[in-house]
Amino acid sequence: MLIKTPDDIRSSEIAPESIYHERRAFIGKSIGIAALLNAGMLFSGAAQAGERYPIKSGIPRYQGPAWLEDKLALLKDGPFPSDDELTPYLDVIRYNNFYEFGPKKQHPAKNAQNFRTDPWSVEIAGEAEKTGVFQLEDILKPHALEDRIYRLRCVEAWSMVVPWVGFSMAELLKRFQPTSKAKYVEFTTLVDKAQMSGQASAFSTIDWPYVEGLRIDEAMHPLSIFAVGLYGRAMPPQNGAPLRIVVPWKYGFKSIKSIVKIRFVEKPPLNTWQQIAPREYGFYANVNPDVDHPRWSQKIERRLPSSLFDKNTMATLPFNGYGEQVAGLYTGMDLRKWY
Amino acid sequence: MVLAANLQRILAWWLIFLLGLAPLGWLTYLTILDDLGTDPVSTVVKFNGVWALHFIWLTLAVTPLKSWLKWRWIGRFRRMWGLYGLFYASLHLLAFAALLLEWRWGNVYDELVERPYITMGAGAYLLMLPLGVTSFKILMKKMGKNWRRLHRAVYVIAVLVLIHRYWQVRSDYGEVLVYAIILFILFGLRLWKPMLAWRLRC
Repeated sequence: MLIKTPDDIRSSEIAPESIYHERRAFIGKSIGIAALLNAGMLFSGAAQAGERYPIKSGIPRYQGPAWLEDKLALLKDGPFPSDDELTPYLDVIRYNNFYEFGPKKQHPAKNAQNFRTDPWSVEIAGEAEKTGVFQLEDILKPHALEDRIYRLRCVEAWSMVVPWVGFSMAELLKRFQPTSKAKYVEFTTLVDKAQMSGQASAFSTIDWPYVEGLRIDEAMHPLSIFAVGLYGRAMPPQNGAPLRIVVPWKYGFKSIKSIVKIRFVEKPPLNTWQQIAPREYGFYANVNPDVDHPRWSQKIERRLPSSLFDKNTMATLPFNGYGEQVAGLYTGMDLRKWY
Repeated sequence: MVLAANLQRILAWWLIFLLGLAPLGWLTYLTILDDLGTDPVSTVVKFNGVWALHFIWLTLAVTPLKSWLKWRWIGRFRRMWGLYGLFYASLHLLAFAALLLEWRWGNVYDELVERPYITMGAGAYLLMLPLGVTSFKILMKKMGKNWRRLHRAVYVIAVLVLIHRYWQVRSDYGEVLVYAIILFILFGLRLWKPMLAWRLRC
């Protein structure tokens, strides 16, 4: 299966790569990246892993535990090649939603730098033969890491293209032998008010922990992955280290971060955003230009980074352009009702 | 002596006037540096909206500051701050239309009617226009009592602006709460003195 890129991007809209890198490096100097650089987790030595995507010096990069660095050194191409222009590394690590670290998009990069992601354990629970609490290293041992370039469409109408480091979600889930009662998979994010400043806010609408869920056939789909890194390197803490999922045909909020629990269940889990605002967010949250968010349109998106003069606005595609692969999962369903 | 006092007044006026332009200057500086972050469109729209709010709140702070802290000098800047509120609100609206809507006029109706937070913002802006238009001293004298009555609309505007902001909250009420508390205090201070006076009379 080949993922086609929309051919409506004019070549004039794409800045030559050299100019692009210069511009980005310059921005890096002036946006207070200094705060990021002061953090203890940063790794500024010669790059071992990640040669696939050279990153300019002066931009923070992150190192995982030794066992992860060993796996990253063996990173291979994933099964879904893409021609989409990548969102620059700096934009990926400095602009995202991760409400555990604050309500604004610059908060995760600012507040997650001292987040401890090693050692990390994950509980596997519910309708499966093998359950228990496992060390992340042991859970990941049999899986080879792949470079997976996916479009990420946020429900707020902006989007990015991110080269994730991950592997098939199905392969991992199957190892725990889900039973016939396992109709859904529920994922839970860590709760740690001492480390996660957003969780300490008294005025948050979110009832922690953050919970997400997938139907078992969605979770088993070859596009669904667990991710442990991006841009060929270990996952930055602000992007959901050490373990997150990526489900590219759904709005970004489905791709839950910093997972501590995976539970196989019979009933659809009540995911966090559906709990907060059921009129605005459903369980499925498939990218769909025909169903507007009650507070804004979903017909178009701004592919970031944009600028005031070249806003990089484009039409949003059904299933974020992955319809060819995933539309079959929803045959016969009214997607206006099951938004 | 008279001349020096006048010069001081003029310098103070210019200082306050230029301070009001500082946010726009900062935004222009960031634009020239290409340093508006990953999503400049959203940055610019929000920045102007927040400064419109700040100037409306500042305008409402003038009367309480004058009567409670006896800052008499502050009174003559109220009109300027009110107009700066309208100025940044206009930039906010312009940025919304040009950068977010990209002049897709067909969408204006949908945006206005189907998105209640935008209805509130548009309502606040429409109410600000007559206040801006009647801000000339000549009109102020001509209209007399009616001018004061008309300009009480600023209380409604502030409430609409607060709702406009509140209805955009997704995950955290902290920031809106701070604005609400300040507005509550500014409103409360206005009610306090008349209430005291009323009780003394009884």
